[in-house]
Amino acid sequence: MSDPTEDIPSVDYVEGSGIPIRGNDIDTDQIIPARFMKVVTFDGLGEFAFFDLRFDDEDNEKDHPFNEERFQDANVMVVNNNFGCGSSREHAPQALMRWGIDAIIGEGFAEIFAGNCLALGIPTVTADHETINALQQWVEDNPDGDIEVDVRAETVTYGDNEINVSVDRAQREALVEGNWDTTALMKANRNAIEETASQLPYLDQTRSELEADD
Amino acid sequence: MSQGTLYDKVWDQHKVTTLPNGQDQLFVGLHLIHEVTSPQAFGMLKERGLDVARPDLTHATVDHIVPTANQDRPYSDDAAETMMAELEENVRDAGIQFSDPTTGDQGIVHVIGPEQGITQPGKTIVCGDSHTSTHGAFGALAFGIGTSQIRDVLATQTIAMEKQKVRKIEVTGELDEGVEAKDIILEIIRRLGTEGGVGYVYEYAGETIENLDMEGRMSICNMSIEGGARAGYVNPDETTYEWLEETDYFQEHPEKFEELKPYWESIRSDDDAEYDDVVEIDASELDPVVTWGTTPGQGIGIDDPIPEPESLADDKVDTARRAQEHMRVEPGETMEGYDIDVAFLGSCTNARLPDLRRAARIVKGREVADDVRAFVVPGSQRVQEAARKEGLKDIFEEAGFEWRNAGCSMCLGMNEDQLEGDEACASSSNRNFVGRQGSKDGRTVLMNPRMVAAAAITGEVSDVRDLEEVAVA
Repeated sequence: MSDPTEDIPSVDYVEGSGIPIRGNDIDTDQIIPARFMKVVTFDGLGEFAFFDLRFDDEDNEKDHPFNEERFQDANVMVVNNNFGCGSSREHAPQALMRWGIDAIIGEGFAEIFAGNCLALGIPTVTADHETINALQQWVEDNPDGDIEVDVRAETVTYGDNEINVSVDRAQREALVEGNWDTTALMKANRNAIEETASQLPYLDQTRSELEADD
Repeated sequence: MSQGTLYDKVWDQHKVTTLPNGQDQLFVGLHLIHEVTSPQAFGMLKERGLDVARPDLTHATVDHIVPTANQDRPYSDDAAETMMAELEENVRDAGIQFSDPTTGDQGIVHVIGPEQGITQPGKTIVCGDSHTSTHGAFGALAFGIGTSQIRDVLATQTIAMEKQKVRKIEVTGELDEGVEAKDIILEIIRRLGTEGGVGYVYEYAGETIENLDMEGRMSICNMSIEGGARAGYVNPDETTYEWLEETDYFQEHPEKFEELKPYWESIRSDDDAEYDDVVEIDASELDPVVTWGTTPGQGIGIDDPIPEPESLADDKVDTARRAQEHMRVEPGETMEGYDIDVAFLGSCTNARLPDLRRAARIVKGREVADDVRAFVVPGSQRVQEAARKEGLKDIFEEAGFEWRNAGCSMCLGMNEDQLEGDEACASSSNRNFVGRQGSKDGRTVLMNPRMVAAAAITGEVSDVRDLEEVAVA
């Protein structure tokens, strides 16, 4: 049998310029307001990232890093604590990814958001408040400056600095080994799935037995 | 790590294997889907040439975009119609049962699962919706997932997860009049923080939780995610079993009830279970809680002063300052007397029959204040019908409330029900995020359903204990 993960790229390293998004508790309604979710695909969501923070009622631009010319090529976002809290909408990381974000460095992430990022191959790496503040300031001062996120080594390098960051163990393994897209990987365990299901007292066992006879 | 908890037992029961990255692959006992987060997952499945593995363990409803006023097809909103049509096609092709509005079973996904008896103790339940934690009220292990994970579940009936820690939240003390489950969970989130539960599953325990009805337990588990915990649960007990016995599934399969009861008993957390953390809450000290800010953690008792941002933890100061500016409130004041324009009684947190009953006792014989738009959006068609039969619909309508059809409605403003401009809303929902109710200048004050009723009547945030309750049928 072929390796079910062979087509999934390893994401052990992300390099590029940064964009700072300051503030704790930035929820997924801020990242992508619900009215932009009235769609049946994720295509085109990038332009709506942080929409209500970027535009007023007359669609005039407000002060926001996503509007600033100097950050338009950024792909490493630097955020504070509890980023991505609230709704489970994958539309949030999908919008950020489609805007151009490939990695996020922050003080902390909401769990569902981090899981959604992993499912898209976007690392969410963490460091303490002071470290993040310093990095956000550096990005402000060096919008074209190069940031290297080394997922495998759990370091971030910028300017003359190398900082230690944390990457959740399972996330690191999945990204580095290139098995963050789990569908094929899990589907390959068909027999074990059937075995587990057959032990569940609440499942109608006649059905799985019928299936097994197919 | 925890040992001997319901979480450990249900996890082990559903564990298929450990994946190469260290995550466990878990079997999913029930997959609930709706129109907003599933279409892209079905799309990915098609792209990969995969079928839905277990349509028999998948159940669909429509709730987020469904209009609550005129539901004639096609819906007047083209985008809503497209999403509904897409869901209809997906469930038809896959052979998935769909509680659509023509069945009389439609409603918010976290209301209909329990109603139909498909939410059961000891199941793993997932849905592309963060409030899936609601189902934990039955002793299920239930959590919200993203669309790529929906794809995984559709294709394999399993999900990749890392095991979390367990925090036991022990709530004791008798609730004061006017204080409800909603107030308990708002207090928990205020105390532990909106991010305090990240990495944890919450086990709600203690005499106060045990004395709650199932609807109250659902309100609490529902908002676990607002405290950062992806899942929350209550150990199943006689209250759970009595509720389950009345549901469709166990009415149709009474033999299953007796058959499954030993399993339900077996998954309860052991008396000597080990927890990663324990927090104690004395609920007897609680007053009705209202939020003053733009996160569910920014709550206070109705008599308490709005805090000075500087008095809060360092990492909360900026958020509080911005929130007070948005809400236009001043530190030192109470929320009592805060003018409201809209009263919303609905959502997966508080739109079940007992919620509406309690609110009706406040509303009966009174009138909605001038200039206040007040409406009731029942959590499901069944709640709507039962409330109508009990006379609650008449009570609300006579008072000047609009009586709507079931859906998520103004909890997140994906249909026509939205705040306009800087309107302030007394809301029984779960999130007061900026823009959440459809207007980026809108202001949301979260509270329990009786408090929403009181605010609708007085036109301002009020202490429901000042309004005498009237008996309703």
